[in-house]
Amino acid sequence: MKVSYYPGCSLEGTAKEYGQSFETVARDLGIELHELNGWTCCGASSAHVTNDEMAVSLGVRNLLLANKTRMDLVVPCAACYQRLKAAEKAVNTRKTIEGIPAGFATQGRIRHIVDFIWEECGEQAIREKVRKPLQALSPVCYYGCLVTRPPHITDARDPEDPRAMDDILKSLDANVKNWSYKTDCCGGNLMLTHPELARKLVARLFDMALEAGANCIAVGCPMCHASLDTVQRDITRSDGASYNLPVYYFTELMGLAFGNRAAGGWFNRHLTDAKSLLSRNGLL
Amino acid sequence: MASVTVRETAGAGLYSRKRIEEMSGEKISACFQCEKCSNGCPMVFAMDIQPHRVMHCLQLGLVEEVLNSDTIWVCVSCQTCTTRCPNDIDIAHVVDTLRQLSARRQVKESQKSVAVFHTAFLSSIKRFGRVHEASMVVSYAFQNEGITGVRKQLNLGLEMMRKGKIKLVPSRLWAGKQVKEIFRKAGRKRAQ
Repeated sequence: MKVSYYPGCSLEGTAKEYGQSFETVARDLGIELHELNGWTCCGASSAHVTNDEMAVSLGVRNLLLANKTRMDLVVPCAACYQRLKAAEKAVNTRKTIEGIPAGFATQGRIRHIVDFIWEECGEQAIREKVRKPLQALSPVCYYGCLVTRPPHITDARDPEDPRAMDDILKSLDANVKNWSYKTDCCGGNLMLTHPELARKLVARLFDMALEAGANCIAVGCPMCHASLDTVQRDITRSDGASYNLPVYYFTELMGLAFGNRAAGGWFNRHLTDAKSLLSRNGLL
Repeated sequence: MASVTVRETAGAGLYSRKRIEEMSGEKISACFQCEKCSNGCPMVFAMDIQPHRVMHCLQLGLVEEVLNSDTIWVCVSCQTCTTRCPNDIDIAHVVDTLRQLSARRQVKESQKSVAVFHTAFLSSIKRFGRVHEASMVVSYAFQNEGITGVRKQLNLGLEMMRKGKIKLVPSRLWAGKQVKEIFRKAGRKRAQ
């Protein structure tokens, strides 16, 4: 199957391993990705707090490119996904927006890759690819805010309890733990401006993941990953111990289970040790 | 939680409840104070006016109080309030509107960093068409706290560079022209 692909700015930098693992896994699953030629930033979390019109226009510019391809548009970053969906809703519901051709309507669907992979491939196709089952891993799936919220923008069926990532990782035989914090915010938005506040939210997520019996966290958002992986060493538990919870992109775990040799390179990019848990269990 | 002082000038400020409703497109008068927004808000512990009280303040025309609050700047835009509001008020969008109004004047000193961050972020988009993370963070840190701010980011930055997480050279896109045009239009509208 062919889809167009909007990587988003962080996949060129801090979330490089997310892009690499997604592209690898897509190839394994027979998905042909066509990167949107000349894509630009969606406006992220800064445009909509600054100017509504600008936020919509930055998104729509990319939707115009996607329309030319007549394919669905897949998006790995939760924030990009939500901003592009917001732009889509704005142009499809409001009559006129300056600079946007009259009668413009999006052709294909905009899809976050966690839902896209689960809906298009499903359990059978994923299971067939598994070379190294992940029984030793007990992840909690952390979706964050913007894959599902707000549902009038994202069209999420169950915004408080998404399940696609859980289902994908169960298909890799991972011992997925259930928890109530799937969509609780990590404070990623405030990581640079109010780090002390953001850390409180992150620490609670770590505590709850441990309470659920997890030995790692799976994510599908570059901002969540940055916020959980990058600053983890700066946060200690109430008893002073460190958390040591590896934070994996769900696509990395797919690539690992599929036996992809490139996987080791992805985990090298993490700031919180992501390899010990895997090598201890013969997965790497 | 600080209480809101009702000043005698209440309602006589620059913006009324109706004006905020027009600007945001959200029906603030529909709020019946069920407090679901405040109960679900992950940042409420750091807010001086809880989200349901923000709505109440706006209903009463106490717009100045809200514009000067910490609340509008510590909100993480997680959309939980919007998702749970039984009256379909997009509360997070109301907060966006309030931030836009606040930024047109002067953002209070204690929350300046958030406004500085958004400016640095948007400048990067305007300049390159895409955000170039490394130069954006340096630019934010410098504008926010000068050289001390940059030093604070240095260790993490170097380690991320060692891990291959830093793109050193920004992409410069022909499409950047169209993006600049979007910024020009937005700037013109704001000036009106």
